[in-house]
Amino acid sequence: MVTTAAALTDGSLASIKGFLKTLSPVDQVGADARAAMLATRSIKTASKKWAIDMAISMIDLTTLEGADTDGKVKAICNKAIRPDPTDPTVPHVGAICVYNDMVATARKHLDESGGGDIPVAAVSTAFPSGRASLEVKERDTKDAIADGATEIDMVIDRGAFLSGDLEKVYSEIVYIKSLCGDKAHLKVILETGELVTYDNVRKASFLAMAAGADFIKTSTGKVAPAATAPVVLVMLEAVRDFYEMTGVRIGVKPAGGIRTTKDAIKQLVLVKETAGEEWLNPGLFRIGASALLNDLLMQRQKLTSGHYGGANYVTLD
Amino acid sequence: MSDSRIDVKKTYKLFIGGAFPRSESGRTYEVKDSKGNFIANPSLASRKDLRDAVVAARGAHGGWSGATAFNRGQILYRIAEMMEGRTAQFVDEIVALEGVTPSVAKKQVEEAIDLWVWYSGWCDKIGSIYGSTNAVSGSFYNFTIPEALGVVTVFAPAKPSLLGLVQSLAPVLAGGNTAIVIASEKYPLGAITLSEALGTSDLPGGVVNILTGSPAELAPWASSHMDIDGIDASGLSTAQEKDLRIAGADNLKRIFRFKEAKSPQRVLSFMENKTVWHPIGV
Repeated sequence: MVTTAAALTDGSLASIKGFLKTLSPVDQVGADARAAMLATRSIKTASKKWAIDMAISMIDLTTLEGADTDGKVKAICNKAIRPDPTDPTVPHVGAICVYNDMVATARKHLDESGGGDIPVAAVSTAFPSGRASLEVKERDTKDAIADGATEIDMVIDRGAFLSGDLEKVYSEIVYIKSLCGDKAHLKVILETGELVTYDNVRKASFLAMAAGADFIKTSTGKVAPAATAPVVLVMLEAVRDFYEMTGVRIGVKPAGGIRTTKDAIKQLVLVKETAGEEWLNPGLFRIGASALLNDLLMQRQKLTSGHYGGANYVTLD
Repeated sequence: MSDSRIDVKKTYKLFIGGAFPRSESGRTYEVKDSKGNFIANPSLASRKDLRDAVVAARGAHGGWSGATAFNRGQILYRIAEMMEGRTAQFVDEIVALEGVTPSVAKKQVEEAIDLWVWYSGWCDKIGSIYGSTNAVSGSFYNFTIPEALGVVTVFAPAKPSLLGLVQSLAPVLAGGNTAIVIASEKYPLGAITLSEALGTSDLPGGVVNILTGSPAELAPWASSHMDIDGIDASGLSTAQEKDLRIAGADNLKRIFRFKEAKSPQRVLSFMENKTVWHPIGV
């Protein structure tokens, strides 16, 4: 184990490449079956209430539209601070996730509205495609940090990864991590929908963790399929194994396609059964979502009031 | 064909969002014919199925209420066309369940089909007949137009099973609402066969959702559900209706009972008047 840990942490690309070669392939049928089996677990009443509040506090409330405006960003900031205006017992969300040029607006509005403890995450490095020069990616990241982002969601170069140029992928992550320094957390988006196989997901997860990712994130939300349960399972296994080898806990963030309370609770079951209970906190598990929050609120209202709510009883954005 | 052929029996399922799922609860119940012989095992819908149906109906509401009234009329007429081809199946089911003669059953089916045609005609007329241009003291045009209420749950009269269902469902759709039908517990086969006709009627998925099971079990959940706007309680007992009204008081549910089969009032009951002011000369 010691040699393996060294391979992952000594920072040399050669030893990481060597390590990646020793990774066992993912049993695709087994991963699908295990994820499906864990999804059948029934979570009700008190456990459900706990899970809903936990899921709310893990949400990276996201708006990543070309049509985003200051007004929309401020609206989701308000929602992040007080998701259900009628119920102050609802916890605030994990973070706000916006495009780079909206970071300053979000930070300022959160600070002015009592959301000073909610971090702002910026999608960076030519999100979502990542097709730009390193200079552009560097500027993108520096801008976001200067504007007050404390979490950077970067995309990897999938083209380079798929054509075997691991060095490019690795060095970019290392470089962006160096820009983040101690000012920002780095989440590395693998865009699993474009990586094709679970083997690639496992490989990319270890590559990102070895390069210094604080979080590994499934998707940009712009490519389908996004955060499918088996993919999240493979990534959770990777962070668990990485922890066993190095003693460092890396976070996981599924994003894209998680729209219902049921989906969110399935993710929490996956976390508990794969990585372990230590990961059941917003510091190590986040869910990138926008529509999900309303469904969680409706389910929470159902548990509180005893009857089913409707979309007319929660705020739009 | 040899005598040893095994019948291919139908699995009786729900109709939610244009698909035919089983109950998420996995439950079924027995339906017996008028002589007490086993006839089918339809799904026993749970409150979760009801909730799924509400989500489907709400999702379909924008498209259905936003479609032109003429287009809605065409689709209701199409439902009549599709039912006509299934007349024999409807007749057989009514004969078996209600214990009436084939000629009585046939008459009921024909009336039900004709009722679709009657209500299809109302789709593009209800606004012009019951809307109005109002005189106001100012330089404004002032119009009042009936618009769809939203999602309506239908508890149709148990008997006559098919006609009762159609006379409750058709006016709800004609007004541009989307519907959740809770079929009669004892006589659900007409509703199930109707769902198969609806599935081939150009009706967008989710506009009609049909649940079989226990109306008594589902009624309180339907009534307290914040996202259901109206209920046709014609098929419930007065005691059940009372509970329904209590549970629905919080969310101002529109709950009605009807007697006449054919009446534009049935359409109007599940519509809301919208008044628009428009400046003259601009």
